[in-house]
Amino acid sequence: MITSLRVRAAVVSIAIFLAFIGVWHLATRSTGTAATMSPEYAKLMGLTANTGKSAMPGPLDVGAKLWEHLKQPFYDNGPNDKGLGIQLGYSVGRVGLGYLIAVIVAIPLGFLIGMSPLMNKALDPFIQVLKPISPLAWMPLALYTIKDSSLSAIFVIFICSVWPMLLNTAFGVAAVRKEWINVARTLEVGTFRRAFTVILPAAAPTILTGMRISIGIAWLVIVAAEMLVGGTGIGYFVWNEWNNLSITNVIIAILMIGLVGMLLDQILARFTRMVTFPE
Amino acid sequence: MSSNKFISIEGIAKRYPQPSGGTTTTFEDLWLSMPSGEFGCIIGHSGCGKTTVLNILAGLDEPSDGTVIVDGQAISGTSLDRAVIFQSHALLPWMTVMGNIAYAVSSKWRKWDNAKVRAHAQIYIDKVGLTGSEHKRPSELSGGMKQRVGIARALSITPKIMLMDEPFSALDALTRGTLQDEVRRVTLETGQTTFMITHDVDEAMYLADKIFLMTNGPGAVLAEIVENPLPKDRSRIDLHKHPQYYALRNHIIDFLVTRSKTFTSITPNHDPRNVPVVRPAFTEAVVTGASVMPSLASATR
Repeated sequence: MITSLRVRAAVVSIAIFLAFIGVWHLATRSTGTAATMSPEYAKLMGLTANTGKSAMPGPLDVGAKLWEHLKQPFYDNGPNDKGLGIQLGYSVGRVGLGYLIAVIVAIPLGFLIGMSPLMNKALDPFIQVLKPISPLAWMPLALYTIKDSSLSAIFVIFICSVWPMLLNTAFGVAAVRKEWINVARTLEVGTFRRAFTVILPAAAPTILTGMRISIGIAWLVIVAAEMLVGGTGIGYFVWNEWNNLSITNVIIAILMIGLVGMLLDQILARFTRMVTFPE
Repeated sequence: MSSNKFISIEGIAKRYPQPSGGTTTTFEDLWLSMPSGEFGCIIGHSGCGKTTVLNILAGLDEPSDGTVIVDGQAISGTSLDRAVIFQSHALLPWMTVMGNIAYAVSSKWRKWDNAKVRAHAQIYIDKVGLTGSEHKRPSELSGGMKQRVGIARALSITPKIMLMDEPFSALDALTRGTLQDEVRRVTLETGQTTFMITHDVDEAMYLADKIFLMTNGPGAVLAEIVENPLPKDRSRIDLHKHPQYYALRNHIIDFLVTRSKTFTSITPNHDPRNVPVVRPAFTEAVVTGASVMPSLASATR
């Protein structure tokens, strides 16, 4: 039977998913009373002890809870009880803002570094030292100077997403084919027009690749940053639910973090395709 | 300014410092001039610095010494008066055919509105036979069509000089032939002053009015200026039937094969400011070869 690769891949994907759910269900289901004990003790021990149920929620528990969240994603019952949509919204907002500032800083600076060998050499030691610093290491300094936890999280997003964009922009700009630059030179095109009409489109695929790496890193870092600063956001939600011992909600949050991360990556992938040109 | 010195290269040199100290001289004290409306062609082996000469003329490179004067003015840097056709066509791949040519046109006439730019570009798209391909991107074009766009882009800015750096060397023989015809037609029609680099003897003989022979580098010199004795209305098809064809061809081939290596040592008194001008014609040596000609001609059939 000849079916397209896509269909066959989809069948395998679904099979893997169902197998995973099945194993998960079997591993966490109740196995009957684990040990005989006095009713009072059993009450204290909870379901885990007296019906053999694992503390890990099964797929049905998670599914039911997820449905509950999806029915009401934007409820707000005070600081420690907000809908998943609101929490994700806070995180996406912080990532968006920090990322936007990083774009505004990194792309012009990357152009400067890529076009000027002097600035390239002069700034290189700073970039080499600053780039490997874990973005969370900046957090205390940010909290001390900015004095606002939410803004500090945005700063951390900025600092972690600026480097891949900066380096890719500088590389893309420096690697523009000499012959395209020569075309612009023989046409007496000025520096600014050259930057926008030749260098920018030629370097755009490389720049967008850097932006795609950055959005991925920013989304990784926001969860950790929000665990530290607290208050709102999906990272805070994860930590809060851990303190509530709601593993179900933690699993749901993990799933949501993955889905939103994929979405952000796909958006940037689409932009990259838009500026890529065949040669 | 006398009209036969529309382009005047005056004593240019190109030297590169070596990492070990000292310098490598690609060429030294090069003098060359060309009148307006002529087609000049430099021919020489790789490494003789012919591309450097062209880049200096274009303003993309600077000579270590000497100046280049075009139309009575010393050049400095690139200019819209000197259009370059690059070996690798150098089209901007994110623009269409129309976009590439319109980019050049709008660079020259910055105040023109979009409609005027496109109308002007269209004239040159039609001229090189690309009508109907205006909205294609370079990746959708064959090598020959890409180079046609390169030619249209150069012509569209109506330059004083068109500079061509081995423009057809990356193309197959058939395409190269048709493009040579196009270039010959267009340059004759418009009286375009053109300067070309090639290592293809037949190409030089078909296209050029003057052929500049360069010796091997480093330390290359302009050895001879060969005036093309073939008639102006020559065509590529029956070029080889012309009585002067073999005289000219043998002269150039002789130079490339042997004299380009030995020229400097056997001609110590060579004056770079007064390069001999030769016009190969029937000499005794070639007359004896004339009897071979019919068989050669039939062999090509």
